[in-house]
Amino acid sequence: MGIAERLEGKRVVICAGSGGVGKTTTSAALAMGLAAQGAKVAVITIDPARRLADSLGLEELGNEPRLVDASRFAGHGIEMQGELWAMMLDAKRTFDELIERLAPDEKTRDEVLANRIYQELSGAVAGSQEFTAIAKLFELDRSEEFDVLVLDTPPSRNALDFLDAPDRLTGFLEGRALKVFLAPTGLAAKVMGRGTSVVFSVLRRVTGVDLLQDLSVFFRALGGLVDGFRERATGVKRLLADPATTFLIVTSPEREPIEEAIFFRGKLREAGMPFGGLVVNRVQLDLVEGDADEAAAALDGDLPDELREKVAETLRELQVLAERDRAGLTRLMTALDEPDPTVVPLLEGDVHDVDGLAQVHHHLFADD
Amino acid sequence: MSVLDKRLVFVTGKGGVGKTAVAAALGMVAARRGKRTIVAEVALRDDVHRALAGSEGGWTESAVGDDLYALSVDPQRAMEEYLGDQLSRPLAELLAGSRLFAYFAAATPGMRELLTVGKLWELAQDRRRTPGAQPYDLVVVDAPATGHGLALLDAPRTFAQVAAAGPVARQARAIEATLGDPQVTGVVAVATPEEMPVNEAEHLRRELGGRLDLVVANAVRPDRFTDEEAALLAPLAERAGAARVAVAAHHRARSQREQLERLGADVELPFAAEPSGGADLEELADVLDATV
Repeated sequence: MGIAERLEGKRVVICAGSGGVGKTTTSAALAMGLAAQGAKVAVITIDPARRLADSLGLEELGNEPRLVDASRFAGHGIEMQGELWAMMLDAKRTFDELIERLAPDEKTRDEVLANRIYQELSGAVAGSQEFTAIAKLFELDRSEEFDVLVLDTPPSRNALDFLDAPDRLTGFLEGRALKVFLAPTGLAAKVMGRGTSVVFSVLRRVTGVDLLQDLSVFFRALGGLVDGFRERATGVKRLLADPATTFLIVTSPEREPIEEAIFFRGKLREAGMPFGGLVVNRVQLDLVEGDADEAAAALDGDLPDELREKVAETLRELQVLAERDRAGLTRLMTALDEPDPTVVPLLEGDVHDVDGLAQVHHHLFADD
Repeated sequence: MSVLDKRLVFVTGKGGVGKTAVAAALGMVAARRGKRTIVAEVALRDDVHRALAGSEGGWTESAVGDDLYALSVDPQRAMEEYLGDQLSRPLAELLAGSRLFAYFAAATPGMRELLTVGKLWELAQDRRRTPGAQPYDLVVVDAPATGHGLALLDAPRTFAQVAAAGPVARQARAIEATLGDPQVTGVVAVATPEEMPVNEAEHLRRELGGRLDLVVANAVRPDRFTDEEAALLAPLAERAGAARVAVAAHHRARSQREQLERLGADVELPFAAEPSGGADLEELADVLDATV
């Protein structure tokens, strides 16, 4: 079953996978293909290569999807019947926008945005991307402006942490811990017992009073956003559980990406999330039939011996790689229980323009 | 001075370029040279979610060869170890079990990274803090990808901005002194000959300047045809599969060459694949041994 068939009726497609496997280009090519078929599609990319971003007209500024002009596809074999919109996620800005939306008043909003703990948390390269990617997805879904949303995810093992983030976040916001932070010497702290006050005095001694003060101010300000967070958390859970949401796992046939793909598959299973399919990039296919030396021998008489031997050597190497990739594919198919992966062969260069996307697109939609 | 003559070496680069393989291979080379070496992988998780979810395992200095050890550093365990060192046992246990403290640690700017780099620093000390532990001649860090990797190196300074007093801050200053000493700390950037990884290596060069000791190009495919030879092969491509494959390989090699020129690596590691799909570490170690 081709990918377009698998994605029929899906409104949200989330592409998970480790770094360096071509996830961003897969997401973009997929979105382009669905748009070509007539849908209004938005792709949220995380960190696209500069040249690719330029070729799609993506700008650094602006945290909203922009229409990719249909003229960009002309001459590359892509007939754009629908619309492709694209954006690069700005994690910090997404977080700030969220606070702005949730803050009950300007004073609270300003307090949170100016707080240095907040700045650290929201600016941290690690943490926010996973959370803000899903926050952005949620906003775009709510806007009801698009037929399909394709989400590229951050290249980390934590990329699927957002699956349980809503629960954990509300758990924290509703839990006793927050109440204690809001009033470290208040009733809640006394109720929690001696341990709590000891913790705070040690924190004060080991790290310095200022920090604790900052944290209290931060959590106090954050407390005002609890209701909004809770509502959002519920909304995100609903979105992820929606039958029109699906997850694609993108990988390559190398050992570590394979392990990551298996890991992601496990996470999806744990969270009860739908696995929509497997895309395997950079696959070395067997390009000639039979023995490498025999294939090279076909050039006997056309080429000097030395050159023919170089060709034979190249073929032999590639056959070893094809053999390895075949084994990797088998392992993936077995471990992920996926008998019909979408295979994209190793391309000649980096995908850095519409032409490259068109090549990927050709392989992604080959069975359709 | 070879980067392997330093005490603490960070290996970083874009995700997927083979940092782990290069770090492991560097460790093997050092061990071959008689240095008691440990390769430490950093299992950095993201902040808020980590605090809310609790920690996950991975924490044993285990022997993997002659003079060669491996370890996975987890920030949560690093914190527990640090607490155990600074406080009485009951107090340390109280704090380690306290979710408040976990949230606090996650929310404090630079705290997680500081605890992680603190553990790596401890591995590289003559006098180990961990009871019964032996010192190492070399600690090779399989660091997180570029941005996070740099955050590790900057951790002491980041933390110092937030907490000027207290034992944690004092230790941060000691760690910063070590990280800032080019005789002691080294950095290796790894990139595959592709656009994005090379971009990140360039970024590392800009950020680190002289602190970057070595740039390694990994997974370099053979580049065996000259342009003239490719021209001879091209007309044969239509009827002979072998020629077609060779021409495609040549195009890929040319693309790769462009990236290698941008990268300007000190050493090129061949695309060395084992049947299992992992890197052939012995082969990589051989090449590194000859250059580094």
